[in-house]
Amino acid sequence: MSNGDPVIEARGIIKWFRDPVDTQVLKGVDLKVMRGEYASVMGKSGCGKSTLLYILSTMDTDYTGDLFLDGERITGSPHEHLSRLRNEKIGFVFQFHYLIPEFTVLRNVMLPGLKRGLLTEHEVEERAMDHLRTMGVDHQARKRANQISGGEKQRVAIARALINEPLILMCDEPTGNLDSRNSAIVEDLFRRIADEQRRSLLVVTHDDELAARTDRIITMDDGRVVP
Amino acid sequence: MGDRLLLSISATLLRARLRQSVVAAVGVAISIGMYIALSGFMNGLNGLLDGLILNRTAHIRIYNEIRPAERQPLEIKQLLERATGRDLTHPFISRIKPKGEPAAVRNALAIIDALRKDPRVDGIAPKVSAQVFFNAGTIEVNGAIQGIEPLEEDRLLHFSDYLLGCTVADLAGSSNGVVLGKGLADNMRVGIGDAVQVSTITGDRFTLKVIGFYQSGMADFDNITCFVTLTTAQNLLAQPRSWITDVQVRLKDLDMAPAVAREYARRFDADAQDIQTANAQFETGSGVRSLISYVVSVVLLLVAGFGIYNILNMMIYEKLDSIAILKATGFSGRDVRVIFINLSMIIGVFGAIAGLLLGGLLAIGIDHIPFRFDALPTITTYPVDHNPRYYLIGVAFALVTTFIAGLFPARKASRVDPVEIIRGK
Repeated sequence: MSNGDPVIEARGIIKWFRDPVDTQVLKGVDLKVMRGEYASVMGKSGCGKSTLLYILSTMDTDYTGDLFLDGERITGSPHEHLSRLRNEKIGFVFQFHYLIPEFTVLRNVMLPGLKRGLLTEHEVEERAMDHLRTMGVDHQARKRANQISGGEKQRVAIARALINEPLILMCDEPTGNLDSRNSAIVEDLFRRIADEQRRSLLVVTHDDELAARTDRIITMDDGRVVP
Repeated sequence: MGDRLLLSISATLLRARLRQSVVAAVGVAISIGMYIALSGFMNGLNGLLDGLILNRTAHIRIYNEIRPAERQPLEIKQLLERATGRDLTHPFISRIKPKGEPAAVRNALAIIDALRKDPRVDGIAPKVSAQVFFNAGTIEVNGAIQGIEPLEEDRLLHFSDYLLGCTVADLAGSSNGVVLGKGLADNMRVGIGDAVQVSTITGDRFTLKVIGFYQSGMADFDNITCFVTLTTAQNLLAQPRSWITDVQVRLKDLDMAPAVAREYARRFDADAQDIQTANAQFETGSGVRSLISYVVSVVLLLVAGFGIYNILNMMIYEKLDSIAILKATGFSGRDVRVIFINLSMIIGVFGAIAGLLLGGLLAIGIDHIPFRFDALPTITTYPVDHNPRYYLIGVAFALVTTFIAGLFPARKASRVDPVEIIRGK
């Protein structure tokens, strides 16, 4: 693992919103996140940082420019392929927990692992329990996802994002919906993931405290990265 | 692994909406059940009504119709004059009537032998029918006597379905026994064990013993007809063993009857009538009845299909968040589609199984409702056709309907854009 290769690289990303009026949200964004790097993106509301994150996450494919994930150009790849890349190489944490309420906490964490199909169900379960233990929520594993507190949900979501050992963790306002105590826990967890697991993290946030603990702060303004 | 995972996700989503899912499955079950019960009942009735006519008619009947000569001598004279251009002055006789030759099929025993060797023939029942008079007190009642081979007659024409008070074997084993039409017996006020006097047209008198009754439900027939064995009838009429008025033939394939009848008429120089010519109108009636039962069932299944469509659509709306998260974590559009089609198919399969049970129970229930039918004295309950075909069609249709009903919502779900859902919060 050398720090030399970018895990994800964006070149000249341009994005228009067509509805309700034509607006250019991203005006040529260049961005690199290196292997093991913990970066945050900050900027005012409406500067396009979330939009950029969803393009980087491969979920939004309606843009021009070039996107590289792990050295592979993925702009214009078929959706099936992008789904597999998301499953294997990218972990997500959103502002709202986004667990599936019908499933148990453990099952929620296991789902992406089972989808990948690399390990047996038993192995995925063991690994999910390990991640829950790391996040300090293993005692809730058998509960239904809608029966635990907000802070716990976010930690479960982080465990789920890590289940397939992704190259990069992408987070959209991960502390935006949490109280200060839970925010602090999440900040610690991210720092540990970066330091101990040498995983890349890209966090979009308004939270100065969270940003201050990252390796690099990328500032965006009016659809551009501020140099 | 992949498909089992998707199935388990479907099952979990379904369990969370158990009540709605059960309602949808019940809808499917009711429509399948009704289809099975209705089809069985309709076709049971159809079979009964068709059988009333078709079972009493041989596939082919070979007989010798008494009629005037086709070419009358006067006609022949005119043809000759036209052909030769000369005036023929020989006297010709016109209006020649049939002569008193018997109405029997010529060479009947040889014909029967030939028919037995024909591979297309399933069975043969020879018959003698003649006019007789029944002596009831001082008056004479007009009647018709039918000499039959009871066992063959039963095999070919379900004779025992119309018998009351005795079996075909009783008739077969009796040399002076007679089975009287129910109406005829009532008119003469005779019961089983009584003796009746029969006179033939030639004036000979016989005493026969009543051993049972025949009821076809057609009054005109029941009021004049009686049955004896073939030999008894030949003895009554003082005719030899070869004297047979009708040779009734059953074919292995009913649809071949018209062609085979034409062939027999040529080959045996006799008249041959096929069942299709004799009963053309009945095909139409039963066709319309089955059409009605199909339309009713299809409507029921369509309603169930709309129910499933509705519930799935609602479920997708409620589950937009879950769909978005599945997609964000690497499930493809195809996976999501499979999940929702699975949902629909689980409802369909459970509904179909319940529908089979319901339909079976309904059919058995209808089969036990008392039903008296004059034309068929042996029938005591409503007729139901328990043909497994209806169960198969019902299940197949249920699965196809639920699949289609699930397809559109599933496609919608697969196209959900996760970014829109996640950003929309």
